[in-house]
Amino acid sequence: MQRLVFKHLDGKYSSVQKPVIAGVVASGNLEILIEPSPHSGACTFEVNTSVTGFDATWKAVVADFHQAWLFTDTKVSINDMGATPAVVRLRLDQAAELVATSKSSKLGG
Amino acid sequence: MAINLLNEKLSWRSQQANRISRMQRAQETLGLALSGKILPALEIVPLLHSVLEPGDRVCLEGNNQKQADFLAESLRSVDPQRINGLHMIQSVIALPAHLDVFEKGIASKLDFSFSGPQANRLAKLVSSGKLNIGAIHTYLELFARYFVDLTPRVALVAAQYADRQGNLYTGPNTEDTPAILEATAFKGGIVIVQVNQIVDQLPRIDVPADWVDFVVEAPRPHYIEPLFTRDPAQISEIQILMAMMAIKGIYKEYEVNRLNHGIGFDTAAIELILPTYGEALGLRGKIARHWALNPHPTLIPAIEAGFVESVYSFGSELGMENYIRARPDIFFVGPDGSMRSNRALCQVAGHYACDMFIGSTLQIDLMGNSSTATLGRISGFGGAPNMGSDSRGRRHASAAWLKAGKQGRQASGQIPRGQKLVVQMVETFREHMHSAFVEKLDAWQLAEQASMPLPPVMIYGEDVTHILTEEGIANLLLCRNVEEREQAIRGVAGYTPVGMGRDRRVVENLRDRGIIQRPADLGIDKSLATRDLLAAKTMKDLVRLSGGLYDPPRQFRNW
Repeated sequence: MQRLVFKHLDGKYSSVQKPVIAGVVASGNLEILIEPSPHSGACTFEVNTSVTGFDATWKAVVADFHQAWLFTDTKVSINDMGATPAVVRLRLDQAAELVATSKSSKLGG
Repeated sequence: MAINLLNEKLSWRSQQANRISRMQRAQETLGLALSGKILPALEIVPLLHSVLEPGDRVCLEGNNQKQADFLAESLRSVDPQRINGLHMIQSVIALPAHLDVFEKGIASKLDFSFSGPQANRLAKLVSSGKLNIGAIHTYLELFARYFVDLTPRVALVAAQYADRQGNLYTGPNTEDTPAILEATAFKGGIVIVQVNQIVDQLPRIDVPADWVDFVVEAPRPHYIEPLFTRDPAQISEIQILMAMMAIKGIYKEYEVNRLNHGIGFDTAAIELILPTYGEALGLRGKIARHWALNPHPTLIPAIEAGFVESVYSFGSELGMENYIRARPDIFFVGPDGSMRSNRALCQVAGHYACDMFIGSTLQIDLMGNSSTATLGRISGFGGAPNMGSDSRGRRHASAAWLKAGKQGRQASGQIPRGQKLVVQMVETFREHMHSAFVEKLDAWQLAEQASMPLPPVMIYGEDVTHILTEEGIANLLLCRNVEEREQAIRGVAGYTPVGMGRDRRVVENLRDRGIIQRPADLGIDKSLATRDLLAAKTMKDLVRLSGGLYDPPRQFRNW
């Protein structure tokens, strides 16, 4: 196992009030938890991966995801079981979409 | 001055004379064992000893599905002291027996198209000097050479049934047989056929008895590989996302109606979301209507949903026989109701009458050249390069062809012409985190190791119009120079070293100009990219949607 932590401070949008989970812990897949981290001002990523040696790839995937969504006051936890970067990015975007829809449904309701 | 006339010295009928002496030897050897053209299976090796001569060009039918496997094994049993140095010309090297003949010295030279399952062993035989490769061809090239400079002296082929006169029924898997027999029978060659059964009455005559010299009922039916069956249960969400991009970004954009799909899960995903995603986009009757394609089981939902109007096939697919028989509006069938395939004609159809080829590959370089040859494997090409190349001889127009041509020749001042869409669809990383994008193809090193005159490139970059990955679509038609082309490819190469090596500023500029399109640019909601979008999620769903007519081979049944 390897643990990687990334922190981005240039977020603009708060994410969730309630935690959102996407994906499953299974070979070639991963589980993502997006939860509020109030007043931190940052979007932090904590990656626990079963595959070592891809630090630069994780850094790049996480940075691109952050640039696309610009979350602030948020913590993203990732439990990875050897997912490819393609799967990681898809799951992250799917989780973020869930965040977006849970916010809009809240507004609508 | 007297002209030295050739015919004073030479016979014009040496091939015919040679054929007659071979046939006489066969008659003498087999005697009463031969009943008309039919001989018992036990006599096959004596027959081969009498009709073959050292150095003969022999075409052994072995395509990517149907195998003349009994004849292949019989050829392996001939005495190398008597029969040796054969020049094998065959589409596909698939069975161990195909290479055993080289190991034993019965054959020494090979011209072929594809060798998937035997690729490693083939590479070893080449490096040991026991097998000398003439060339690696596409199917159409090899068929073409049957009629020019690689005409077989002896053809060993497979059919489903023969009648007592020697007429053949090849049935759904006609495939290469007509091309091989046409070349052999009409140039003084000898045709030997293995059949599954000898019957009194054929369902239809696919090959007339005049073209056939010997028929043997094989001890067991010829082998057929269900090569084009993909279990929907194995389709990933990344493949679904890529399929969504293909449909919205290419099929819809270019109004692609006549097409060929390569083999694999990426294109199976497209087939399976036509009735869901394609329908939601209002594309039924507007895209994907006419196909040059084997009867893919994963096409059943799109056929049943009314997307598909016609399918012409290279060969059949195991288990699809009854479904095809029940859908003669879609498939090409004989008066007896069973399917007719013909690989040569379907390759021509795919090359000249289709507006798009879309398929996967193993490696793509910075110019868009792609190859399935990786180190230690000589796998060859098959039909993909014939489908996946611009047909420069083409003259008839269609919306897709014109649009691609216009984009490719923008402001160049060239005379208007269309262009075929050739789409390479790959995930940036293959299994075990192997990058699909490379600075230099393994094909170069392979060419050096095997002393090939050319690196074995499957689809040349100059023919590729689009590269589609999970990161987006790169439209190479719109690139103005090689630098832009390289950045467009890097721009969809994801987190591979090639992708990480992109110039971010240039890539963003290409995106602004629509040369690179991300899922978001295409208005694709990634949260829809789930297996719920598949019109069939399992093999059982395919059976159900076929009305119980599709009968999957045992290895695809888990019930």
